[in-house]
Amino acid sequence: MYQFNYHKPSTLTEATSMMVEADEGAYLSGGMTLIPTLKQRLAAPSDVIDLSGLPGMSGINIDGDIVSIGAMTRHAEVAASDAIPALAELAGSIGDAHVRNRGTLGGSLANSDPAADYPAAVVALDATVQTSIGPIAGGDFFTGLFETALREGEIITSVDFRIPDAAAYEKFPNPASRYAVVGVMVARCGDAVCVGVTGAGSHAFRATSLEEALAADFSPGAVDGVAVDGSEFNADIHASAEYRAHLVGVLTKRAVARIG
Amino acid sequence: MATETGIGASVKRKEDARFITGAGRYTDDVGQHGQTYAVFARSPYARARLNGLDTSAALATDGVVAVFTGADLEAGGVGDLPCGWMVKSKDGSDMVQPPHPPLAVSTVNYVGEPYAVVIGETLEAAKNGAEALDPDFEERDAVVDLATAAEADQIHESVPNNQCYDWELGDQAATDAAFAQAHHVTSIDIVNNRLIPNAIEPRAALGEYDEASGNYTLHTTSQNPHLERLVLAAFVNIAPEARLRVISPDVGGGFGSKIFVYAEETAVIWAAGQLRRPVKWRAERSESFLADAHGRDHVTHAELALAEDGRFLGLRVRNKANMGAYLSTFASSVPTYLYGTLMAGQYKTPAIYVEVQSLFTNTAPVDAYRGAGRPEATYIVERLVETAARETGIDPAELRRRNFIQPGDFPYETPVALTYDTGDYEASLGRALEHADYGGFQARREASERAGKRRGIGFSCYIEACGLAPSQVAISLGAGVGLFEVGEVRVDVTGSVTVVTGSHSHGQSHETTFAQIISDKLGVPFENVTVLHGDTGRSDYALGTYGSRSLAVGGSAIIKATDKIIAKGKKIAAHMLEANEDQVEFEDGSFNVADSNQSLTFGEVAFSAYVPANYPLEELEPGLSEKAFYDPPNFTYPAGAHICEVEVDPETGVVTIEQFVAVDDFGHVINPMIVEGQVHGGLAQGIGQALLEHGVYDDTGQLLSGSYMDYTMPRADDLPSFTVDTTVTPCTHNPLGVKGCGEAGAIGSTAAVMNAVTDALGVKDVPMPATSETVWRALRNGGNG
Repeated sequence: MYQFNYHKPSTLTEATSMMVEADEGAYLSGGMTLIPTLKQRLAAPSDVIDLSGLPGMSGINIDGDIVSIGAMTRHAEVAASDAIPALAELAGSIGDAHVRNRGTLGGSLANSDPAADYPAAVVALDATVQTSIGPIAGGDFFTGLFETALREGEIITSVDFRIPDAAAYEKFPNPASRYAVVGVMVARCGDAVCVGVTGAGSHAFRATSLEEALAADFSPGAVDGVAVDGSEFNADIHASAEYRAHLVGVLTKRAVARIG
Repeated sequence: MATETGIGASVKRKEDARFITGAGRYTDDVGQHGQTYAVFARSPYARARLNGLDTSAALATDGVVAVFTGADLEAGGVGDLPCGWMVKSKDGSDMVQPPHPPLAVSTVNYVGEPYAVVIGETLEAAKNGAEALDPDFEERDAVVDLATAAEADQIHESVPNNQCYDWELGDQAATDAAFAQAHHVTSIDIVNNRLIPNAIEPRAALGEYDEASGNYTLHTTSQNPHLERLVLAAFVNIAPEARLRVISPDVGGGFGSKIFVYAEETAVIWAAGQLRRPVKWRAERSESFLADAHGRDHVTHAELALAEDGRFLGLRVRNKANMGAYLSTFASSVPTYLYGTLMAGQYKTPAIYVEVQSLFTNTAPVDAYRGAGRPEATYIVERLVETAARETGIDPAELRRRNFIQPGDFPYETPVALTYDTGDYEASLGRALEHADYGGFQARREASERAGKRRGIGFSCYIEACGLAPSQVAISLGAGVGLFEVGEVRVDVTGSVTVVTGSHSHGQSHETTFAQIISDKLGVPFENVTVLHGDTGRSDYALGTYGSRSLAVGGSAIIKATDKIIAKGKKIAAHMLEANEDQVEFEDGSFNVADSNQSLTFGEVAFSAYVPANYPLEELEPGLSEKAFYDPPNFTYPAGAHICEVEVDPETGVVTIEQFVAVDDFGHVINPMIVEGQVHGGLAQGIGQALLEHGVYDDTGQLLSGSYMDYTMPRADDLPSFTVDTTVTPCTHNPLGVKGCGEAGAIGSTAAVMNAVTDALGVKDVPMPATSETVWRALRNGGNG
């Protein structure tokens, strides 16, 4: 680990101004990615700004059909919540108990790891990402590999998820890391069907061809024969793009079957 | 003496309290005043010339104490790292051994090869210094693929065709003749995947030089500290053995990877002498992946000739073995004498011929890893036998039975140089079939199929040669060291006992098992026995722990020493009781005069040996402390039957193990709970090889599976609850009748899993590890479904 200046601001304004003033700042939330990266000397921020002292950034609130989850809320807390069972199940599948007790929703989203679980829910549950600047629609949030719509210094404060009529998350974990090789969240809201996919591409996305087929006929069989274009999908020693594309279909079917 | 702590009792481990409370003392826990920290600079290239190395910025870095390069070590007289086993090629020529300087001098040959060490006042300073090194590398095309390595660029100037040796074993003419008579020939092409050991404790070393005495002390994570000392003294030229003490304290797992003498401890102990300050190094996990010796990595073509009734007539094996970039300490022996010699398996195959070509590649050195050659051999034999059963339509259990060496055949001389002393292979297979409910398999398969799944069952009837080794046999085959063991039993004044063993425990529970033996034999309370190990300053020259040898060889040495204690005790007791020595019997901790009620406790005799008031000093030395060396007359031959049943999800290719049965014959068992634990661990590793673990290099020689993000270690939820049982045929040639249990799980299980997977898929072979995508592709491409 290289030396850096450590800060623990107590207001959002203070935090963002520290970031603006830093040569190369990094926000620290749960630290589940940043800390190992620092330890391996793969990152050398001049300033680390610890967000754990900011007030009102943690907790789960339900207002009508919106579940608002603070950005500093730990995965374990979401996993234990019954607000959206599919989201709880997703959170419970992240990492291991240690990671779930440290890692945060906001930290995961800001990192935009292509194999993270939460992004599938953000795109599938019509979420709105609330930030220090303003709201960002869930569908617009992930813009590339480890890239988001967040502007310089912008801090996620909470995420609003719309409670679906029904939803299910199916994950095919990487056997080594237990990240998602592919993760699919299927959600029904009225007549609409959303299929959020993580792990397969450079960032989470909605599988519109599957959504259309399921909107017409919400049954596992409706997925058969729907082509999933894997040409731009990730490929590594664990799964080829072709296999990932196949898994998107299989996991979607299984999620639909569970919703019934 | 059958007690709650004697032989046969599942005593809880003495070691556990300190390990689970964090009180263990590992190499990295040892700290010395004035200690410095070493960081190794490692090659980012698989193959490159090192045209220059500018150390000036590193030396100018705050807190950097020194920088030593490969050239510095060479100039300092530090010798190459040797290989301790000479294997000869078919034509009688010696194997070709390339130079192996501890730190690379002018070429680097695998990613992670160290070329300099930076010593700092702190670890951070040393890391900063290492980053400030400025090497001038000229990258070259790497040789990565084993199958084509002989035809690729020559890696080492002194090694034509990248060939270490081309070795053979067995009677080629007789084997060819057997194949000419065959009713059926089964052939198979196998890749035995590269594994990375992953002991939970990374390797570490702390070198010290004592200015007052001029002596060196090295704390390091070694499975055999005496061997470490021998190599560092006699080959690397650190200091004469008497001036070099090697201490291997608590060590968190080895699996073979800590047998070897590596560059890092060599550089650390030498640097400590140069600097007159202690130097500490501990691997980070990413270094362990790159620079611990890897395991397995074979490409093999094998054939089995069968008669019409299923009898095996002959076995032919042509194998290529990957040595990596350099010869690690025992690398040459693994695919030869620990591999070819096991090709008879449990069967009466009359003619066997094995050829092994060992080749260098630009990858990490490959050496012994849990089982070391024997898992690879078992994999060949048992995959062949299962495939032959499918091809001939003979039930796989029945085909094995028709070919088993029978209990009446022992001692049985195989066509590949071993003499099995005892065994009962039908007994272990029969027990395994019962546990596995083999008769119910078809119904279970149909149930799986109704649920849209596929189900398969696979067998593996393995044998291993353990208890390494009869020294003269090993030396005649090229070993550079004897393979006996030493044990010392020191009875204290008040009758407690300290045992010093040359075996080294890095998970094997010697402190418990050996204490049980002493408690049993001498009648001393279990808690009054302490077992010391892992220190060249404490024990005589010893050979350490690998090849499931600790109990069979080290335990036998302890028994021999214990026998001497009892013999001397009888002399003392005879004097004290005014009886003839031949009238004194020792039983349950008491010396008794036959046909009388005269008796002395073990403690009373021990006290008399040290406070010799009533003692025959004119005939007998005082004291009660004995030592024995034990050289085994033969290997031991643990064997058993493993049965694996898997279910495959054809949609995703995911394989789940529905049941795993292991019935092993380890001879007599001292502590069943510890043995069961050893079996469980071995099974996890063997199953890991079959389904999960894979050391993968890309075609430029970069390690793609270099962290736990990409290298899949087996975890509890990957494994079923094992059914583990034992049968017993006692070893005929050691005093405890024991055979060894440390490697069996890893040796037997892999073939059973892959036989089950291929059975489920209806294909001849799928490459290991059988990952979900591999299985999914096999089903799409070749599976009959």
